[in-house]
Amino acid sequence: MIDLLPLAMLGAILGLDVVCFPQAMISRPLIAATLGGAVAGEPSMGILVGVTLELIALATLPFGASRYPEWGSAAVVGGGIAGALHHDSAGGLTIGVLAALATAWIGGMTLVQLRLWNAWLARRKRPALDAGSRGAVIGLQLAGLSSDMIRAGLLTAGSYAALFPVARAIQGVWSISEPTSRAFVVGLACAVAGAAAWTIFHSARGARWYFAGGLVVGFAILMGR
Amino acid sequence: MTAATAPDMRPAPKLSTLTWVNIFTRLLAIQGSWNYETLLGNGIGFCVEPALRGLPGGVHGPAFKAAVTRQSAYFNAHPYLAAVAVGALARAELSEVPPDRIERFRTALCGPLGSVGDRLVWAGWLPFCSLLALLLFGLGVRPSYLIITFLLLYNAGHLALRAWGLHVGWSRGLGVASALANPVLRHGPTHVARAAAAVAGVALPLTAAGLLGHRVTFVGSVLAMAACVAVVLVRLHGRVEGYKLALVLIALFALVSVAR
Repeated sequence: MIDLLPLAMLGAILGLDVVCFPQAMISRPLIAATLGGAVAGEPSMGILVGVTLELIALATLPFGASRYPEWGSAAVVGGGIAGALHHDSAGGLTIGVLAALATAWIGGMTLVQLRLWNAWLARRKRPALDAGSRGAVIGLQLAGLSSDMIRAGLLTAGSYAALFPVARAIQGVWSISEPTSRAFVVGLACAVAGAAAWTIFHSARGARWYFAGGLVVGFAILMGR
Repeated sequence: MTAATAPDMRPAPKLSTLTWVNIFTRLLAIQGSWNYETLLGNGIGFCVEPALRGLPGGVHGPAFKAAVTRQSAYFNAHPYLAAVAVGALARAELSEVPPDRIERFRTALCGPLGSVGDRLVWAGWLPFCSLLALLLFGLGVRPSYLIITFLLLYNAGHLALRAWGLHVGWSRGLGVASALANPVLRHGPTHVARAAAAVAGVALPLTAAGLLGHRVTFVGSVLAMAACVAVVLVRLHGRVEGYKLALVLIALFALVSVAR
Protein backbone atom coordinates (compact mmCIF):
# COMPACT_ATOMS: atom_id res chain seq x y z
CA MET A 1 0.00 0.00 0.00
CA ILE A 2 1.40 3.39 -0.95
CA ASP A 3 1.86 6.02 1.72
CA LEU A 4 -1.61 7.26 2.69
CA LEU A 5 -0.62 10.77 3.73
CA PRO A 6 0.27 12.24 0.31
CA LEU A 7 -2.79 10.63 -1.23
CA ALA A 8 -5.04 11.99 1.55
CA MET A 9 -3.54 15.47 1.12
CA LEU A 10 -4.09 15.33 -2.62
CA GLY A 11 -7.66 14.14 -2.07
CA ALA A 12 -8.24 16.95 0.44
CA ILE A 13 -7.05 19.65 -1.98
CA LEU A 14 -8.92 18.26 -4.99
CA GLY A 15 -12.05 17.53 -2.94
CA LEU A 16 -12.04 21.16 -1.81
CA ASP A 17 -11.98 22.28 -5.44
CA VAL A 18 -15.23 20.45 -6.26
CA VAL A 19 -17.47 23.04 -4.54
CA CYS A 20 -15.67 25.35 -2.12
CA PHE A 21 -12.36 26.63 -3.48
CA PRO A 22 -11.42 27.58 -6.18
CA GLN A 23 -13.61 25.50 -8.55
CA ALA A 24 -10.84 25.59 -11.14
CA MET A 25 -11.75 22.00 -12.10
CA ILE A 26 -8.45 20.54 -10.96
CA SER A 27 -10.87 18.05 -9.35
CA ARG A 28 -12.07 16.70 -12.72
CA PRO A 29 -11.47 12.93 -12.87
CA LEU A 30 -9.10 13.31 -15.80
CA ILE A 31 -6.71 15.33 -13.63
CA ALA A 32 -7.43 13.89 -10.19
CA ALA A 33 -7.01 10.25 -11.24
CA THR A 34 -3.81 11.03 -13.16
CA LEU A 35 -2.38 12.71 -10.07
CA GLY A 36 -3.58 9.82 -7.88
CA GLY A 37 -1.86 7.39 -10.25
CA ALA A 38 1.28 9.56 -10.15
CA VAL A 39 1.35 9.36 -6.33
CA ALA A 40 1.19 5.56 -6.71
CA GLY A 41 4.03 5.74 -9.24
CA GLU A 42 1.88 5.01 -12.32
CA PRO A 43 0.47 8.19 -13.91
CA SER A 44 -0.12 6.28 -17.17
CA MET A 45 -2.58 3.97 -15.38
CA GLY A 46 -4.06 6.98 -13.58
CA ILE A 47 -4.94 8.74 -16.83
CA LEU A 48 -6.70 5.63 -18.18
CA VAL A 49 -8.88 5.58 -15.06
CA GLY A 50 -9.29 9.36 -15.33
CA VAL A 51 -10.43 9.29 -18.97
CA THR A 52 -12.94 6.51 -18.23
CA LEU A 53 -14.29 8.40 -15.21
CA GLU A 54 -14.37 11.68 -17.16
CA LEU A 55 -16.73 10.02 -19.65
CA ILE A 56 -19.02 8.95 -16.81
CA ALA A 57 -18.73 12.33 -15.05
CA LEU A 58 -20.12 14.11 -18.13
CA ALA A 59 -23.55 13.07 -16.85
CA THR A 60 -23.06 15.01 -13.62
CA LEU A 61 -24.34 18.58 -13.73
CA PRO A 62 -23.76 20.29 -10.37
CA PHE A 63 -26.86 22.50 -10.51
CA GLY A 64 -27.58 24.48 -7.34
CA ALA A 65 -28.76 22.33 -4.46
CA SER A 66 -28.87 19.08 -6.46
CA ARG A 67 -27.10 16.03 -5.04
CA TYR A 68 -24.20 14.72 -7.09
CA PRO A 69 -21.17 12.44 -6.72
CA GLU A 70 -17.91 13.94 -5.49
CA TRP A 71 -15.43 13.19 -8.26
CA GLY A 72 -12.29 14.90 -6.91
CA SER A 73 -11.39 12.65 -3.97
CA ALA A 74 -12.96 9.64 -5.69
CA ALA A 75 -10.78 9.92 -8.77
CA VAL A 76 -7.67 10.25 -6.58
CA VAL A 77 -8.65 6.97 -4.87
CA GLY A 78 -9.40 5.25 -8.20
CA GLY A 79 -6.17 6.43 -9.84
CA GLY A 80 -4.16 5.56 -6.72
CA ILE A 81 -5.58 2.04 -6.46
CA ALA A 82 -5.24 1.27 -10.18
CA GLY A 83 -1.69 2.61 -10.08
CA ALA A 84 -0.73 0.51 -7.08
CA LEU A 85 -2.16 -2.80 -8.40
CA HIS A 86 -0.10 -5.31 -10.40
CA HIS A 87 0.14 -4.16 -14.02
CA ASP A 88 0.86 -7.58 -15.47
CA SER A 89 -2.49 -8.94 -14.20
CA ALA A 90 -5.93 -8.22 -15.68
CA GLY A 91 -8.63 -6.06 -14.11
CA GLY A 92 -6.57 -3.09 -12.89
CA LEU A 93 -8.54 -0.44 -14.80
CA THR A 94 -11.90 -2.04 -14.00
CA ILE A 95 -11.12 -2.29 -10.28
CA GLY A 96 -9.78 1.28 -10.16
CA VAL A 97 -12.91 2.64 -11.85
CA LEU A 98 -15.13 0.58 -9.54
CA ALA A 99 -13.31 1.91 -6.45
CA ALA A 100 -13.65 5.48 -7.74
CA LEU A 101 -17.38 5.11 -8.46
CA ALA A 102 -18.03 3.69 -4.99
CA THR A 103 -16.03 6.54 -3.41
CA ALA A 104 -17.83 9.13 -5.57
CA TRP A 105 -21.18 7.82 -4.37
CA ILE A 106 -20.13 7.95 -0.70
CA GLY A 107 -18.46 11.32 -1.33
CA GLY A 108 -21.77 12.72 -2.59
CA MET A 109 -23.37 11.71 0.69
CA THR A 110 -20.57 13.36 2.68
CA LEU A 111 -21.19 16.59 0.73
CA VAL A 112 -24.81 16.54 1.90
CA GLN A 113 -23.63 16.07 5.50
CA LEU A 114 -21.17 18.94 5.08
CA ARG A 115 -23.99 21.23 3.96
CA LEU A 116 -26.09 20.21 6.96
CA TRP A 117 -23.07 20.88 9.19
CA ASN A 118 -22.61 24.33 7.60
CA ALA A 119 -26.29 25.07 8.22
CA TRP A 120 -25.90 24.07 11.88
CA LEU A 121 -22.87 26.34 12.22
CA ALA A 122 -24.79 29.20 10.59
CA ARG A 123 -27.71 28.74 13.01
CA ARG A 124 -25.30 28.90 15.94
CA LYS A 125 -23.82 32.12 14.59
CA ARG A 126 -27.23 33.65 13.80
CA PRO A 127 -27.21 36.19 16.70
CA ALA A 128 -23.73 37.40 15.71
CA LEU A 129 -24.72 37.59 12.02
CA ASP A 130 -27.85 39.55 12.92
CA ALA A 131 -25.63 41.97 14.84
CA GLY A 132 -23.50 42.52 11.72
CA SER A 133 -20.37 40.81 13.00
CA ARG A 134 -17.73 40.56 10.26
CA GLY A 135 -15.91 38.00 12.41
CA ALA A 136 -18.96 35.72 12.26
CA VAL A 137 -19.19 36.02 8.46
CA ILE A 138 -15.48 35.33 7.92
CA GLY A 139 -15.42 32.63 10.62
CA LEU A 140 -18.31 30.76 9.03
CA GLN A 141 -16.65 30.84 5.66
CA LEU A 142 -13.32 29.58 7.02
CA ALA A 143 -15.07 26.89 9.09
CA GLY A 144 -16.89 25.66 5.98
CA LEU A 145 -13.70 25.60 3.91
CA SER A 146 -11.75 23.76 6.64
CA SER A 147 -14.55 21.25 7.18
CA ASP A 148 -14.69 20.48 3.47
CA MET A 149 -10.95 19.97 3.28
CA ILE A 150 -11.00 17.64 6.30
CA ARG A 151 -14.01 15.79 4.83
CA ALA A 152 -12.25 15.22 1.53
CA GLY A 153 -8.98 14.16 3.16
CA LEU A 154 -10.70 11.67 5.47
CA LEU A 155 -12.81 10.35 2.59
CA THR A 156 -9.72 9.76 0.46
CA ALA A 157 -7.72 8.13 3.25
CA GLY A 158 -10.66 6.05 4.50
CA SER A 159 -11.70 4.85 1.05
CA TYR A 160 -8.18 3.98 0.00
CA ALA A 161 -7.42 2.17 3.25
CA ALA A 162 -10.66 0.20 3.04
CA LEU A 163 -10.73 -0.51 -0.70
CA PHE A 164 -7.10 -1.20 -1.58
CA PRO A 165 -6.85 -4.57 0.26
CA VAL A 166 -10.18 -5.60 -1.30
CA ALA A 167 -8.98 -4.45 -4.74
CA ARG A 168 -5.76 -6.45 -4.42
CA ALA A 169 -7.67 -9.54 -3.31
CA ILE A 170 -10.11 -9.20 -6.22
CA GLN A 171 -7.29 -8.80 -8.73
CA GLY A 172 -5.70 -11.96 -7.37
CA VAL A 173 -8.70 -14.04 -8.46
CA TRP A 174 -9.74 -11.97 -11.50
CA SER A 175 -10.61 -14.41 -14.30
CA ILE A 176 -11.88 -12.34 -17.26
CA SER A 177 -9.23 -11.25 -19.77
CA GLU A 178 -7.96 -7.66 -19.78
CA PRO A 179 -9.32 -6.79 -23.28
CA THR A 180 -12.82 -8.01 -22.33
CA SER A 181 -12.72 -6.31 -18.92
CA ARG A 182 -11.58 -3.08 -20.46
CA ALA A 183 -14.15 -3.28 -23.27
CA PHE A 184 -16.94 -3.71 -20.72
CA VAL A 185 -15.93 -0.68 -18.63
CA VAL A 186 -15.09 1.56 -21.59
CA GLY A 187 -18.30 0.59 -23.39
CA LEU A 188 -20.32 1.41 -20.31
CA ALA A 189 -18.51 4.73 -19.84
CA CYS A 190 -19.12 5.63 -23.50
CA ALA A 191 -22.81 4.75 -23.08
CA VAL A 192 -23.13 7.07 -20.08
CA ALA A 193 -21.20 9.81 -21.93
CA GLY A 194 -23.29 9.42 -25.07
CA ALA A 195 -26.54 9.59 -23.10
CA ALA A 196 -25.23 12.60 -21.17
CA ALA A 197 -24.20 14.39 -24.35
CA TRP A 198 -27.62 13.80 -25.86
CA THR A 199 -29.45 14.93 -22.72
CA ILE A 200 -27.37 18.09 -22.36
CA PHE A 201 -27.20 19.20 -25.98
CA HIS A 202 -30.27 17.92 -27.79
CA SER A 203 -32.37 20.96 -26.85
CA ALA A 204 -29.96 23.33 -28.65
CA ARG A 205 -31.20 23.84 -32.18
CA GLY A 206 -29.26 21.72 -34.66
CA ALA A 207 -27.02 20.20 -31.99
CA ARG A 208 -28.01 16.64 -32.89
CA TRP A 209 -26.67 17.23 -36.44
CA TYR A 210 -23.43 18.62 -35.05
CA PHE A 211 -23.18 15.47 -32.91
CA ALA A 212 -23.90 13.19 -35.87
CA GLY A 213 -21.40 15.09 -38.04
CA GLY A 214 -18.82 14.80 -35.28
CA LEU A 215 -19.35 11.04 -35.11
CA VAL A 216 -18.74 10.72 -38.86
CA VAL A 217 -15.52 12.73 -38.54
CA GLY A 218 -14.44 10.69 -35.49
CA PHE A 219 -14.92 7.35 -37.25
CA ALA A 220 -13.27 8.69 -40.39
CA ILE A 221 -10.17 9.65 -38.40
CA LEU A 222 -10.23 6.25 -36.72
CA MET A 223 -10.41 4.35 -40.00
CA GLY A 224 -7.76 6.57 -41.58
CA ARG A 225 -5.18 5.53 -38.99
CA MET B 1 -11.89 49.21 -12.55
CA THR B 2 -14.04 52.21 -13.38
CA ALA B 3 -17.19 53.21 -11.58
CA ALA B 4 -19.45 54.47 -14.38
CA THR B 5 -22.60 55.98 -12.92
CA ALA B 6 -25.83 54.04 -13.41
CA PRO B 7 -28.82 56.27 -14.23
CA ASP B 8 -30.46 56.11 -10.80
CA MET B 9 -27.40 55.85 -8.58
CA ARG B 10 -24.99 58.22 -6.92
CA PRO B 11 -21.34 57.87 -7.93
CA ALA B 12 -19.60 55.38 -5.63
CA PRO B 13 -16.26 56.04 -3.98
CA LYS B 14 -13.19 54.61 -5.66
CA LEU B 15 -12.02 51.29 -4.23
CA SER B 16 -8.31 50.53 -3.92
CA THR B 17 -6.63 47.85 -6.04
CA LEU B 18 -6.00 45.86 -2.87
CA THR B 19 -9.73 45.86 -2.10
CA TRP B 20 -10.52 44.58 -5.61
CA VAL B 21 -7.90 41.84 -5.29
CA ASN B 22 -9.36 40.95 -1.89
CA ILE B 23 -12.91 40.75 -3.29
CA PHE B 24 -11.83 38.74 -6.35
CA THR B 25 -9.84 36.26 -4.24
CA ARG B 26 -12.81 35.83 -1.93
CA LEU B 27 -15.04 35.17 -4.93
CA LEU B 28 -13.07 31.98 -5.52
CA ALA B 29 -14.24 30.79 -2.09
CA ILE B 30 -17.79 32.11 -2.32
CA GLN B 31 -19.29 28.64 -1.79
CA GLY B 32 -17.15 27.96 1.29
CA SER B 33 -20.08 27.85 3.71
CA TRP B 34 -22.79 26.74 1.23
CA ASN B 35 -25.70 25.16 3.09
CA TYR B 36 -29.34 24.19 2.54
CA GLU B 37 -30.72 27.14 4.56
CA THR B 38 -28.96 30.30 3.39
CA LEU B 39 -27.34 28.70 0.29
CA LEU B 40 -24.78 31.23 -0.99
CA GLY B 41 -25.85 33.96 1.47
CA ASN B 42 -22.85 34.00 3.80
CA GLY B 43 -20.55 33.80 0.78
CA ILE B 44 -22.02 37.00 -0.64
CA GLY B 45 -21.49 38.75 2.70
CA PHE B 46 -17.93 37.39 2.82
CA CYS B 47 -17.12 38.75 -0.65
CA VAL B 48 -18.79 42.15 -0.25
CA GLU B 49 -17.27 42.77 3.17
CA PRO B 50 -13.95 44.33 2.01
CA ALA B 51 -15.90 46.95 0.04
CA LEU B 52 -18.26 47.66 2.95
CA ARG B 53 -15.30 48.83 5.07
CA GLY B 54 -15.59 52.08 3.12
CA LEU B 55 -19.01 52.87 4.60
CA PRO B 56 -19.26 55.82 7.03
CA GLY B 57 -17.96 54.82 10.47
CA GLY B 58 -15.83 51.94 9.14
CA VAL B 59 -16.14 48.37 10.42
CA HIS B 60 -17.48 49.52 13.80
CA GLY B 61 -20.15 51.81 12.38
CA PRO B 62 -23.88 50.95 12.28
CA ALA B 63 -23.97 51.27 8.48
CA PHE B 64 -21.31 48.56 8.10
CA LYS B 65 -23.03 46.21 10.56
CA ALA B 66 -26.44 46.66 8.94
CA ALA B 67 -24.96 46.05 5.48
CA VAL B 68 -23.09 42.91 6.63
CA THR B 69 -26.32 41.50 8.11
CA ARG B 70 -28.25 42.30 4.92
CA GLN B 71 -25.65 40.79 2.60
CA SER B 72 -25.22 37.58 4.60
CA ALA B 73 -28.86 36.58 4.33
CA TYR B 74 -30.22 33.91 1.96
CA PHE B 75 -28.97 34.16 -1.62
CA ASN B 76 -28.84 31.80 -4.57
CA ALA B 77 -26.90 32.12 -7.82
CA HIS B 78 -24.41 30.32 -9.97
CA PRO B 79 -21.06 30.66 -8.13
CA TYR B 80 -19.29 32.32 -11.08
CA LEU B 81 -22.09 34.75 -11.94
CA ALA B 82 -22.52 35.60 -8.25
CA ALA B 83 -19.70 38.05 -9.03
CA VAL B 84 -22.32 40.20 -10.79
CA ALA B 85 -24.32 40.34 -7.55
CA VAL B 86 -21.24 41.03 -5.43
CA GLY B 87 -20.24 43.99 -7.63
CA ALA B 88 -23.77 45.40 -7.86
CA LEU B 89 -24.53 44.98 -4.15
CA ALA B 90 -21.20 46.52 -3.11
CA ARG B 91 -21.96 49.48 -5.36
CA ALA B 92 -25.50 49.84 -4.00
CA GLU B 93 -24.33 49.73 -0.38
CA LEU B 94 -21.54 52.25 -0.94
CA SER B 95 -23.95 54.53 -2.84
CA GLU B 96 -26.17 54.38 0.28
CA VAL B 97 -29.22 53.13 -1.59
CA PRO B 98 -32.16 52.65 0.86
CA PRO B 99 -31.98 49.19 2.55
CA ASP B 100 -35.46 48.04 1.46
CA ARG B 101 -34.53 48.74 -2.16
CA ILE B 102 -31.28 46.81 -1.84
CA GLU B 103 -33.17 43.86 -0.36
CA ARG B 104 -35.71 43.84 -3.20
CA PHE B 105 -32.91 44.08 -5.76
CA ARG B 106 -31.02 41.26 -4.04
CA THR B 107 -34.07 38.99 -4.17
CA ALA B 108 -34.70 39.79 -7.83
CA LEU B 109 -31.13 38.88 -8.82
CA CYS B 110 -31.25 35.29 -7.49
CA GLY B 111 -33.20 33.55 -10.27
CA PRO B 112 -31.51 34.91 -13.42
CA LEU B 113 -27.97 34.57 -12.06
CA GLY B 114 -28.66 30.91 -11.27
CA SER B 115 -30.29 29.77 -14.49
CA VAL B 116 -28.04 31.70 -16.88
CA GLY B 117 -24.88 30.45 -15.16
CA ASP B 118 -26.06 26.85 -15.03
CA ARG B 119 -26.79 26.80 -18.76
CA LEU B 120 -23.65 28.64 -19.77
CA VAL B 121 -21.11 26.94 -17.50
CA TRP B 122 -22.33 23.59 -16.11
CA ALA B 123 -24.25 22.53 -19.22
CA GLY B 124 -22.01 24.31 -21.73
CA TRP B 125 -18.47 25.42 -21.09
CA LEU B 126 -17.48 22.62 -18.68
CA PRO B 127 -18.69 19.72 -20.89
CA PHE B 128 -17.14 21.42 -23.93
CA CYS B 129 -13.70 21.70 -22.27
CA SER B 130 -13.98 18.20 -20.85
CA LEU B 131 -14.88 16.70 -24.23
CA LEU B 132 -12.06 18.63 -25.90
CA ALA B 133 -9.61 17.12 -23.39
CA LEU B 134 -11.02 13.65 -24.16
CA LEU B 135 -10.59 14.35 -27.87
CA LEU B 136 -6.96 15.30 -27.30
CA PHE B 137 -6.49 12.02 -25.42
CA GLY B 138 -8.05 10.16 -28.35
CA LEU B 139 -5.68 11.94 -30.74
CA GLY B 140 -2.74 10.72 -28.69
CA VAL B 141 -1.69 14.04 -27.17
CA ARG B 142 0.65 13.66 -24.17
CA PRO B 143 -1.25 13.59 -20.83
CA SER B 144 0.60 16.61 -19.44
CA TYR B 145 -0.31 18.70 -22.50
CA LEU B 146 -3.98 17.74 -22.46
CA ILE B 147 -4.27 18.48 -18.73
CA ILE B 148 -2.60 21.88 -19.19
CA THR B 149 -4.79 22.63 -22.22
CA PHE B 150 -7.95 21.71 -20.31
CA LEU B 151 -7.03 23.80 -17.25
CA LEU B 152 -5.93 26.84 -19.28
CA LEU B 153 -8.97 26.79 -21.55
CA TYR B 154 -11.54 26.14 -18.83
CA ASN B 155 -10.10 28.69 -16.43
CA ALA B 156 -9.72 31.35 -19.11
CA GLY B 157 -13.51 31.24 -19.40
CA HIS B 158 -14.05 30.76 -15.67
CA LEU B 159 -11.89 33.66 -14.49
CA ALA B 160 -13.00 35.94 -17.33
CA LEU B 161 -16.64 35.36 -16.36
CA ARG B 162 -15.97 36.18 -12.71
CA ALA B 163 -13.95 39.30 -13.62
CA TRP B 164 -16.59 40.46 -16.11
CA GLY B 165 -19.34 39.85 -13.56
CA LEU B 166 -17.60 41.88 -10.88
CA HIS B 167 -16.86 44.70 -13.32
CA VAL B 168 -20.34 44.90 -14.81
CA GLY B 169 -21.99 44.59 -11.38
CA TRP B 170 -19.94 47.43 -9.96
CA SER B 171 -20.23 49.72 -12.98
CA ARG B 172 -24.02 49.29 -13.44
CA GLY B 173 -25.13 48.82 -9.84
CA LEU B 174 -28.90 48.53 -9.61
CA GLY B 175 -29.10 48.70 -13.40
CA VAL B 176 -27.17 45.46 -13.82
CA ALA B 177 -30.20 43.49 -15.04
CA SER B 178 -29.61 44.85 -18.56
CA ALA B 179 -26.15 43.27 -18.54
CA LEU B 180 -27.78 39.86 -18.36
CA ALA B 181 -29.11 40.53 -21.87
CA ASN B 182 -25.48 40.45 -23.06
CA PRO B 183 -25.30 38.37 -26.30
CA VAL B 184 -22.72 36.04 -24.73
CA LEU B 185 -25.15 35.17 -21.94
CA ARG B 186 -28.22 35.02 -24.20
CA HIS B 187 -26.86 33.13 -27.19
CA GLY B 188 -23.62 31.74 -25.74
CA PRO B 189 -25.17 28.56 -24.28
CA THR B 190 -26.62 27.55 -27.67
CA HIS B 191 -23.34 28.07 -29.54
CA VAL B 192 -21.32 26.32 -26.85
CA ALA B 193 -23.82 23.43 -26.85
CA ARG B 194 -23.47 23.02 -30.64
CA ALA B 195 -19.68 23.11 -30.42
CA ALA B 196 -19.73 20.62 -27.54
CA ALA B 197 -22.07 18.32 -29.45
CA ALA B 198 -19.70 18.31 -32.44
CA VAL B 199 -16.67 17.69 -30.21
CA ALA B 200 -18.59 14.92 -28.39
CA GLY B 201 -19.24 13.20 -31.71
CA VAL B 202 -15.56 13.27 -32.69
CA ALA B 203 -14.27 12.52 -29.19
CA LEU B 204 -16.32 9.43 -28.29
CA PRO B 205 -14.96 7.00 -30.92
CA LEU B 206 -11.42 8.34 -30.63
CA THR B 207 -11.44 8.18 -26.81
CA ALA B 208 -12.77 4.63 -26.91
CA ALA B 209 -10.04 3.75 -29.39
CA GLY B 210 -7.43 5.39 -27.16
CA LEU B 211 -8.57 3.27 -24.22
CA LEU B 212 -9.11 0.00 -26.10
CA GLY B 213 -6.37 0.09 -28.71
CA HIS B 214 -6.83 1.09 -32.32
CA ARG B 215 -8.62 -1.97 -33.76
CA VAL B 216 -11.50 -0.34 -35.63
CA THR B 217 -13.84 -3.35 -35.73
CA PHE B 218 -13.41 -4.04 -32.02
CA VAL B 219 -13.93 -0.37 -31.11
CA GLY B 220 -16.91 -0.24 -33.49
CA SER B 221 -18.62 -3.22 -31.87
CA VAL B 222 -18.03 -1.87 -28.35
CA LEU B 223 -19.47 1.49 -29.41
CA ALA B 224 -22.48 -0.17 -31.08
CA MET B 225 -23.31 -1.89 -27.79
CA ALA B 226 -22.64 1.36 -25.93
CA ALA B 227 -25.11 3.13 -28.23
CA CYS B 228 -27.83 0.61 -27.29
CA VAL B 229 -27.22 1.19 -23.57
CA ALA B 230 -27.15 4.96 -24.19
CA VAL B 231 -30.58 4.82 -25.83
CA VAL B 232 -31.96 2.99 -22.80
CA LEU B 233 -30.34 5.55 -20.49
CA VAL B 234 -31.82 8.47 -22.45
CA ARG B 235 -35.26 6.87 -22.27
CA LEU B 236 -34.82 6.39 -18.51
CA HIS B 237 -33.56 9.95 -18.05
CA GLY B 238 -34.26 11.22 -14.56
CA ARG B 239 -34.94 7.78 -13.14
CA VAL B 240 -31.45 6.26 -13.33
CA GLU B 241 -28.22 8.17 -12.76
CA GLY B 242 -25.48 7.12 -15.17
CA TYR B 243 -22.75 6.75 -12.57
CA LYS B 244 -24.93 4.62 -10.30
CA LEU B 245 -25.83 2.32 -13.19
CA ALA B 246 -22.13 2.06 -14.04
CA LEU B 247 -21.30 1.31 -10.39
CA VAL B 248 -23.85 -1.51 -10.16
CA LEU B 249 -22.98 -3.07 -13.54
CA ILE B 250 -19.22 -2.93 -12.99
CA ALA B 251 -19.67 -4.41 -9.47
CA LEU B 252 -21.70 -7.28 -10.99
CA PHE B 253 -19.06 -7.74 -13.69
CA ALA B 254 -16.34 -7.92 -11.01
CA LEU B 255 -18.43 -10.42 -9.08
CA VAL B 256 -18.75 -12.65 -12.15
CA SER B 257 -15.02 -12.38 -12.81
CA VAL B 258 -14.19 -13.36 -9.23
CA ALA B 259 -16.79 -16.14 -8.96
CA ARG B 260 -15.98 -17.89 -12.26
